[in-house]
Amino acid sequence: MTLLSALLRRTALGVATLFVVSVLIFVGTSILPGDVANIILGQMATPESLAALRTKLGLDEPAHIRYLIWLSDLLSGDLGFSKAGAGTGTVGTPISEMLMPRLINTIRLGGAVAIVAVPFAVTIGLLAAMYPGTRLDRFVTFTTLGLISVPEFLVATLLVLVIAVQLGWLPATAYISGQETGLKLVRALAMPALTLVIVASSQIMRMTRATVLNVMNSPYIEMAILKGVPRRRIILRHALLNAIGPIANVIALNLAYLVSGVVVVETIFAYPGLAKLMIDAVQTRDLPLVQACAMIFCATYIVLIFIADMVSILSNPRLRHPK
Amino acid sequence: MAETETSFEELPDAPPRRRLRLSWSGKLGVVVVAFWMVIVVIGPSISPYHEADILDEALFIVPGSDNPYPETDYQPPSAVAWLGTDYLGRDTLSRTLFGARTTIGISLASTLLAYLVGVTLGIAAAVGRPVLDSSLSRLNDAILSIPSIMLALIIIAAIGSTIPILIVLTGLIYASTVFRIARSLGLDVKVSDFVEAAKVRGEGLWWIITREILPNVAMPMATDFGLRFVYVILFISSLSFLGLGVQPPQSDWGSMVRESLSGLPYGSIAPLVPAMAIATLTIAINLIVDDVSAHSGGRLARRMI
Repeated sequence: MTLLSALLRRTALGVATLFVVSVLIFVGTSILPGDVANIILGQMATPESLAALRTKLGLDEPAHIRYLIWLSDLLSGDLGFSKAGAGTGTVGTPISEMLMPRLINTIRLGGAVAIVAVPFAVTIGLLAAMYPGTRLDRFVTFTTLGLISVPEFLVATLLVLVIAVQLGWLPATAYISGQETGLKLVRALAMPALTLVIVASSQIMRMTRATVLNVMNSPYIEMAILKGVPRRRIILRHALLNAIGPIANVIALNLAYLVSGVVVVETIFAYPGLAKLMIDAVQTRDLPLVQACAMIFCATYIVLIFIADMVSILSNPRLRHPK
Repeated sequence: MAETETSFEELPDAPPRRRLRLSWSGKLGVVVVAFWMVIVVIGPSISPYHEADILDEALFIVPGSDNPYPETDYQPPSAVAWLGTDYLGRDTLSRTLFGARTTIGISLASTLLAYLVGVTLGIAAAVGRPVLDSSLSRLNDAILSIPSIMLALIIIAAIGSTIPILIVLTGLIYASTVFRIARSLGLDVKVSDFVEAAKVRGEGLWWIITREILPNVAMPMATDFGLRFVYVILFISSLSFLGLGVQPPQSDWGSMVRESLSGLPYGSIAPLVPAMAIATLTIAINLIVDDVSAHSGGRLARRMI
């Protein structure tokens, strides 16, 4: 299999996955019981008013037609209107209008986390792998094992207790009105970002360490050791170059896993991002809004996994230079 | 008779039964897990109050006077409530003891369901017809390509959240990862010499599955069960924390953290106690799993990433 055909195959697979996921999201929210018309009308539902509202919302069409309408609307950027959420005053608001500011906030948060966590975690992971069995290595292995086995909300709670309550350095909730710039924005982002950095870094550190140690066990490294190449040189010239592909893969995978971390962290700090919007939508059973948010999160996830795949293909010299 | 006995003696000794020796961290893990299992059973009977009891104001006396505190919520630890009270003035210790049963019970039920479904379908895919294998695998890939929390949010938005829904939902979501592991382990074992030998002997499919394949995948699956259990506990707690899991007034560790989060700025330990309960349990299970997989050559650990 040449490089090009491998890349094309992956791309086709990625697009197919997106399609299947959109079907699953649609099926999950539309065919199960819990009709939007029923939810909107609630106690006031009479058979006539239900039928009228269903026709108005297009719920009378068969499921596959509704899916096609939904998908073509989605692709043309028309996300429809918020249909439920009685009492929150969002009925009839265009979803794209609600999403935009939230999406920007979440991208800000995710970006800040990636910028800090990736270089930090990869460096520490590399150091641990370069000196296995040392105090640093044992400390890293032990701490990261602890951090990945506790819930995100414990990390967040402890951070709030220490940084916001005991030391009083930062606010315990992250309120953003949209006008903040510079230092104010950094302050609002700091606590949620710090929590996610800690959670994401521990995974990246563990996986980087495992990847590099794996490379260190290969025959050509043994060869280099036997011919007397200094340790630093082995790591920087031999091991690291071969580990770059797998490490990039690890980074992309872990940024994809951040999706679930974002959901919890935005809720704790009341951060006005996309995940908070989605949780609120789930609670008010605003299905069109849930669909739109889920689609954005799943697409991001699939794209990141796709990038991870691509990187591992591109970094494999056997595929890059086919015989 | 004597001849057969001598011929038996010539056979090589059966390999000694492998006994699992745990390191100190593994033993610590076992002690902590055992502690929580005991609490699951006897927790509600040893707890000082009922999980829904709002403690009486008269219980809390201002030191140095006879006056009760005006409020009973977010009380610091005292002789009345050893771990303080939550946002409604309920005893944190009692709720944690009751919550152990809810959280661990739901998680265990979900993990068992995930294993029942995942192993059955995974082994079926490994030994069954190629059509069955490819259709099950494609469906599984589709489920795995959605983050599990998103899948849960979509379903909960559509049909709401009760304990049975929570168990089935989590069980099915985690069945997809179990399926993948069971299938790949089953495929490995299927092409091994002893399965070939059994086929040549003329053994039936059911015999091969129960006597040859299942015993050989049991040990790796047991380690994976521990890891999966940890993920399920974290998942259920996160859902409860988001307010979409176990509903009040029933106590559950995840929702307890959520309810009392507002006490954090006043330095209340009410949200910390249940969070620490989750952490001790999950870290302990991970310590055991780490120890066991280190003993089986670390091969398992890599397979499970």
